[in-house]
Amino acid sequence: MKDLKLVSIAGLIALLSTLFLAPILTSFTVHAADKAERNTVATLRDHTEIDSQKEPNPIPKVINNDIKKARNYPMQPPVIPHTIRSYEVNKYNNKCMSCHSRHRTEKSQAPMVSVTHFMNRDGNFLAEISPRRYFCNQCHVTQLDAEPLVENTFIDMHSLMKQKTANTTEH
Amino acid sequence: MKSLLLIGWRTLTKPSGYYSLGALVIGGFIAGIIFWGGFNTALEVTNTEAFCISCHEMENNVYEELKTTIHFTNRSGVRATCPDCHVPHNWTSKIARKMQASKEVWGTIFGTINTREKFLVHRRRLAENEWRRLKANDSLECRNCHNFDYMDFTAQSERAAYQHSTALASGEKTCIDCHKGIAHKLPDMKGVEGW
Repeated sequence: MKDLKLVSIAGLIALLSTLFLAPILTSFTVHAADKAERNTVATLRDHTEIDSQKEPNPIPKVINNDIKKARNYPMQPPVIPHTIRSYEVNKYNNKCMSCHSRHRTEKSQAPMVSVTHFMNRDGNFLAEISPRRYFCNQCHVTQLDAEPLVENTFIDMHSLMKQKTANTTEH
Repeated sequence: MKSLLLIGWRTLTKPSGYYSLGALVIGGFIAGIIFWGGFNTALEVTNTEAFCISCHEMENNVYEELKTTIHFTNRSGVRATCPDCHVPHNWTSKIARKMQASKEVWGTIFGTINTREKFLVHRRRLAENEWRRLKANDSLECRNCHNFDYMDFTAQSERAAYQHSTALASGEKTCIDCHKGIAHKLPDMKGVEGW
C-alpha cells in the first residue's frame, strides 16, 4: 500500500516536472534556433562584431534610365525610374507634381498620377490630388543599382496561375 | 562755405608753385595704383564666401541649405561659392550689383530677415529677385561654368539631353526657367510658371 503511494507520488512529480520543464526547455531550443537564423540573414553590417565599426559599403547609384519597370502586382505603386535628388516635397512645394500633375503632363510627357490620387477617403474625386496622396515617397521610391541582400521569393499571381494551369493540364 | 569751395577750386586750377611736374606725375601714378588697387582689393574681399556668411542671415539660412546640394559637395570637388552665382563677373555689372547690394547692408543693420521666420516670410520676394536677374542676363552666372557649347548630351540622362537640345538650344528657355531651387530651398511656388 505504502509502496503504491510512493510510486504514485513519484509519478506525479515526474508528470509535473515534465509539464513545467517542457515549455522552458523548448523555449530554450527555439531561442537558439532564432539566434542561428538571425546570424545567417545578411545585413549591411556583414556580421561585424557589435563593438566594432564596419568600413561602410559604397553607396549604390540610383537607377536613372527612365524605363518603366513591370509591377509585381496590379496595385503596386510604380517605382521611380529617375533620380529625385533634392526634389522638394513639403507643405509649400511638390517638385514631382511639376511634371506628373494633370496640367503639366502635356509639357513634360511624364505619366499623370493615377485617378485614385484625386479621390478622398470616401471615394469622391477632388480637383487636385488628395492630401492623403500628397507625399509621393510614402509609396513611390527610386531603385538602386545594388545586389539584393536577401533572396526574394515573391511569385506574382500571374506566374502562379500559369504554373497551376500547367500542372492541371499535365494530369 | 562758398569761399571754402572757391579756395579748393583755385588750388585745383592754378599750376603748382612748389612741386616739380615729375613729382606730381610719379606721385599721382603711385597714388593711383594704391587707390585703384586698394579699391579692387576691398571689392574682392566683399566678393568672398567668408564675407557673405559673416552675417548670420546668410550663414544660418542660405549657406546651411547650400551645404546639402551638389554645388557644395560633389564627385569632382569643384564647388560654387556665393559670389560665383550671385555676383556678375564682368566689371560694370559687378559694380552695378554691388551698388544694389547696399540694400542688403541696410537689411542686416535693421534686421529685416534676422530670424528664420522673417527670412521665410521674405523668401519668395528674395528668390524672385534672383530669378529675374538670371532670366534677364540669360543665366549668365550659370553659364560662367556650365558652357552650353561643351555639353555632352550623350553623358546626360535621356530627359536632360532632350530638354537641353530643344528648349535650351533654341533659346526658348534659359537655365533658371527649370533649375530653380538647386542651391537653396524653394519658397512657396504657387503661381510660378512650370509649377
